[in-house]
Amino acid sequence: MRAYWRGALAVYRKDLLLEARSKEAVSTVAVFSLLVVFIFSFAFDPSPRTLALVGPGIIWVSYTFGGILGLNRAFSHEKDKGTLEGLVLAPLSKDAIYMGKFMGTLTLMLIVELLMLPVFLFFFDLNVLSFWFLVIALLAATGFAAVGTLFSAIAVNTRSREVMLPLLFLPMALPVVIAAVAGTEDALAGRGWAALGQWVQLLIAYDFIFIVLSSLTFEFVLEE
Amino acid sequence: MASAQQVRQRSFTGVAGLGLLVIVAILLLVDLALIFLWAPTELVLGEVQRIFYLHVPSALVGFMAFAVVAVGSVGYFWKRTAKWDRLAHSAVEVGVMFFTVALISGAIWAKPVWGTWWTWDPQLTTTFVLWVVYLVYLMVRAYVPSKDQAARYSAVIGIMGFPLVLLVYRAAELWAGIHPGTVVGPGAESDALDKDISLVFTFSLATFTLLFVYLLWQRVLVHKAEETVEELRASIK
Repeated sequence: MRAYWRGALAVYRKDLLLEARSKEAVSTVAVFSLLVVFIFSFAFDPSPRTLALVGPGIIWVSYTFGGILGLNRAFSHEKDKGTLEGLVLAPLSKDAIYMGKFMGTLTLMLIVELLMLPVFLFFFDLNVLSFWFLVIALLAATGFAAVGTLFSAIAVNTRSREVMLPLLFLPMALPVVIAAVAGTEDALAGRGWAALGQWVQLLIAYDFIFIVLSSLTFEFVLEE
Repeated sequence: MASAQQVRQRSFTGVAGLGLLVIVAILLLVDLALIFLWAPTELVLGEVQRIFYLHVPSALVGFMAFAVVAVGSVGYFWKRTAKWDRLAHSAVEVGVMFFTVALISGAIWAKPVWGTWWTWDPQLTTTFVLWVVYLVYLMVRAYVPSKDQAARYSAVIGIMGFPLVLLVYRAAELWAGIHPGTVVGPGAESDALDKDISLVFTFSLATFTLLFVYLLWQRVLVHKAEETVEELRASIK
């Protein structure tokens, strides 16, 4: 167990260091998410009344598509530089690699989500600083990262990998999007646990199930 | 070279397959007669309700197929034999076909009853997405370079998809929508159906299940034949 966490943390630290030096992923994903939001402001008339209706949708579309962009990078780097073999050959269990990569992806997603909060607050006047919205954002990002990390490892080995990841990821992540949008609607309207409890429960169950399943199946993806 | 025993076994599967095909064909005809001639006309919905005997069994058999996919996928990682991979792959193909029937028959039923072909009801939406998941399963198989990778990746998807199958199965109960909840099958309320309707439905479900078994079996045989051809081709080169 200690070896497992030491391995996972080593992979995590490596990914964080890489990102801290290049800042590639965070900057590109954040700008991309911003552009998604701008496109929405043209697609819908951004008056306060429409915003109350489409606000949660805008938030989660931008987080989801930004998330895909970030996920694409989780393994494409390793594949292109040929470091994936090094990672597989390292004296780590495969699920420790998964856990490290998962934590790296999750951190990246959370940073982008945080960077986007002021955008929603200033441009759309959405009450995104509510406690329950932040809980939902954290749980949903965990779900995205859990399935996304696994599928990213599959997608890099397929032809046309940039397309393959969204095709794999989006349908599988749909329960998260449904729960996140519905829960956000309640949270932004100032409703509490009684209204959004079911969505939070669904997100927790999803995260738990898919972190376990992904850890278990990850070794079958990596073996060559 | 095929031994005498293999030849005998092959001719046996051929005869058994043909026999099952005849049985399924007869049952489907009887099923049609029961649905359109014998089953009582539903009081509220009228004649259009008869699509129920097609719609619900194909959806249930689709769920059954995806459960078989999960079993085949776990079996593949456990035993690492092509047999399990063939089972999962074939079950996806047949399951997607049954889900397509369920979605289309549902749309035909929805038009007169709900006044629209499609609505973004939780049950409909999630069913549609599950259909896409298994479509992507087939795409991944087509887009990877090697057979071994196709088997491994698709087995991972087959396992990851299973929690979604359970979720979609109960979607109408979890999120109250316009689509009615489960009236038959595991987790359904008892006595939700009239006796005659329930009788015809049970017959229909049994027929569809047998059709599923037949199609699954034939797909497995086809995949096996394909692999044999590939092996032979490779041995000639």
